[in-house]
Amino acid sequence: MFRRIAALATALSIATAATAAEVTNFTLDNGLEVVVLEDHRAPVVVHMVWYRVGSADEPRGKSGIAHYLEHLMFKGTDTTGPGEFSDIVAANGGNDNAFTSFDYTGYFQRVAADRLELMMKLEADRMQNLSIAPEFVDSERAVVLEERNQRVENDPGALFQEQRRAAQYLHHPYGIPIIGWKHEIETLTVGDAVSFYEAHYAPNNAILIVAGDVEPDEVRVLAERHYGPIPANPAITPRDRVDEPPQLSERRMVYQDPRVAQPYVARSYLAPERDPGDQREAAALTLLANVLGGSQTTSVLAQKLQLEQKMSIYSDASYRGVSLDDTTFSLFTAPPDGVSLEDAEAALDVAVAEFLEEGVDPEQLDRIKAQIRASEIYDADSVQRLANRYGNALTSGLTLEDIEAWPEVLDSITGDEIIAAARRVFDRRNAVTGWVMPPPIIEGDVSQ
Amino acid sequence: MIRFAVTLAAFFVAALPAQAEVDITEVTTPGGFSAWLVEEHSIPFVAVEFRFKGGTSLDAEGKRGATNLMTAMIEEGAGEMDAIAFSKRREELATSIGFSVHDDALSVSFRFLTENRDASVELLKTALTDPRFDQTALERVRAQVLSSIRSSETDPSEIAQSTFNAMAWGSHPYGSSGDGTIDSVTALTRDDIFDAHAAAIAKDRAVIGAVGDITPEELVSLIDEVLGDLPETGAPLPEMAELQLEPGITVVPFETPQAVAFFGHEGLSRDDDDFFAAYIVNEIFGGHGLESRLHREVRAKRGLTYGIGAYLSSRDYGDLLIGQVSTVNGRMRETVDVLTEEWRRIAGDGITAEELEAAQTYLTGAYPLRFDGNAQIARILVGMQMDDLPIDYIATRNDRIRAVTLEEANRVAARIYRPEDLQIVIAGEPEGIEPSN
Repeated sequence: MFRRIAALATALSIATAATAAEVTNFTLDNGLEVVVLEDHRAPVVVHMVWYRVGSADEPRGKSGIAHYLEHLMFKGTDTTGPGEFSDIVAANGGNDNAFTSFDYTGYFQRVAADRLELMMKLEADRMQNLSIAPEFVDSERAVVLEERNQRVENDPGALFQEQRRAAQYLHHPYGIPIIGWKHEIETLTVGDAVSFYEAHYAPNNAILIVAGDVEPDEVRVLAERHYGPIPANPAITPRDRVDEPPQLSERRMVYQDPRVAQPYVARSYLAPERDPGDQREAAALTLLANVLGGSQTTSVLAQKLQLEQKMSIYSDASYRGVSLDDTTFSLFTAPPDGVSLEDAEAALDVAVAEFLEEGVDPEQLDRIKAQIRASEIYDADSVQRLANRYGNALTSGLTLEDIEAWPEVLDSITGDEIIAAARRVFDRRNAVTGWVMPPPIIEGDVSQ
Repeated sequence: MIRFAVTLAAFFVAALPAQAEVDITEVTTPGGFSAWLVEEHSIPFVAVEFRFKGGTSLDAEGKRGATNLMTAMIEEGAGEMDAIAFSKRREELATSIGFSVHDDALSVSFRFLTENRDASVELLKTALTDPRFDQTALERVRAQVLSSIRSSETDPSEIAQSTFNAMAWGSHPYGSSGDGTIDSVTALTRDDIFDAHAAAIAKDRAVIGAVGDITPEELVSLIDEVLGDLPETGAPLPEMAELQLEPGITVVPFETPQAVAFFGHEGLSRDDDDFFAAYIVNEIFGGHGLESRLHREVRAKRGLTYGIGAYLSSRDYGDLLIGQVSTVNGRMRETVDVLTEEWRRIAGDGITAEELEAAQTYLTGAYPLRFDGNAQIARILVGMQMDDLPIDYIATRNDRIRAVTLEEANRVAARIYRPEDLQIVIAGEPEGIEPSN
């Protein structure tokens, strides 16, 4: 159970954007950026539109509006009825969905390659002609609230995670949950959604990614036909969000919830993200996460805390380098029965301090790099995963050159650079440390 | 943390396609194995899926959780290598070996670079045939499994599902979690783990699919090398389970904002003559591709939930038609009422010609999208063999979908949906619901 998650974390955090697929890019006159990823193994295509707008771009007091709008985007345009978009995709044997994050909102369909033009026609229509059926406004808000109940309110780990992020960011909107605070979701209106749509959904704020069995020339002709006529919105300017002030005071929190069966310690540090043309620090932190926590047997934390000291049954280190603004580097340890969170945290601190003195084991670094190189081959197996990676990076301030350079940057990082990056990032003034546990059992109180 | 990671995995798995014109070759080996292969030489790696029938249902009496714990320990050292040496070797080779187990089978998902084939094969063979199951590793992995079991006990979705399963299947392994209980897992010894290994991993129950940069000859020698030293046979495969589910509404009190309901009754077997019709009808009723009736009535129209679905759970030793929905405690009454009404409606009135046509169009069109990368296709090849489907099944499957008539679909709808048999288990504090049993 635990090890499978660790493997996944590794796969995600060393995810490189491979050069395996043929990549072509161009920009339409109205500013729409287009990226084509070719994979001709099967006659299937993925069609995605990514908007450079996410929850971190919401007006204050309207948290959740980016995500609520994403739901409402399926509720009709001037010429299609509510739900009809998905019905048409299904009637063509395709699947469709959408997703919202801090920095982007994306819509995609997977469909037979000969249906690409129909997908473009529908998505281009939705980019400019949204017309939300009024009878779905309230019910869809209720759906979003149930989504929040399912993902967050019913999950103590997710509730803690929200509180932790809110404490991590003193000023930046990354401290607000993507799905929104419950009390604000309840007050969102269709007018809020339409204002957000009109302010942000336009070709000059979007990236079209077409991946699969397509030729770039064909994509260009179709894109010009369907997206080309949509006017740019001149009011859209590059995002310029508030900066964090200096963080001078460590934050500590205790979250108690009777639904927590396995107590744990989680700490996050504010950390730099991948910047265009400047990815070395992020590459060093990416490798640092792998060295510390990338394996449940061979990583530094696993060896020290789990195998040697038996102070942890699961440990992890994680870092998400793809982000428009400052991101976080996180450490995690879950102690075995009988070990307090205080002792678990102390053991974690000692392990990290020892690691900084001992340096990176060169053989471990070689093994990690071998896996990164191999992942370029394995990743070519799923062009949709590649498409997601390109969309994520391009809406987070990176360029195609940055994406393509990334594997080489990773490969060139030395053990000393990793230690230097670790010393910079592990600054407790930037950190939030949380203990997550069930409430103490009070003697004589049997009501629980 | 854990739940979130699993969700992510599901998201990424829903990735890309290949064509339904998959060209499958059957190979047989001197060692007596057969396997299905799709050659795909454009990317220099291979995915091989091995599956051993039986899975956690093979747990010996009183040893619930032994097969699961054994599976979690296969990677913890083998032959001359302890757990660390084994992992280091795998990392050097950039090979991935994933072990997992469920009710009906133990799966080994093996992926390696063409250039590292021989060394990767040797590593997997050692893990499968000569695992160490060291006592220190046992204690470490046991602590992880116990933690996971404890977490399940405070998860409303797990509570609803495990309660439903116990009511449905009683003392058959389907009636309890393959993870075992705190008591049963705590009591397992190293000998129990060796016994579970001998019971579950044997030649006579192996099913194999391979996709990627490998020729039939190379695959033949790979299979005989990996599996050749396994024992001929293991524990007898499980007996058919006898369904003992009673209709009604059951509430398991649990303090949480959103109640979770797990519902269903008897299903039908994968080899039933009505399976295709049932599959189509249920896609209309509770599937995820089209806007299903449950989705429309419960989510879209009334906003009662983020997700609701129903599916045919056709397993090797017993069949259910089941689904899940979650909603805030105050609205569970209405959700149950709508669900029950829809169950009655499809059983009584069936589906319309328009619904049938839309489902057939969707299902036949979406089928090729499933063949999504080497590892995914390897899993499909194994699944087809587990279900005893013919090797040309992929080419004929869409015709079988199209051949289902409205009359047939409605006869089957009346057969498979039985509102009078419906059991709904709710974990939470639903308002206005009187448990009926």
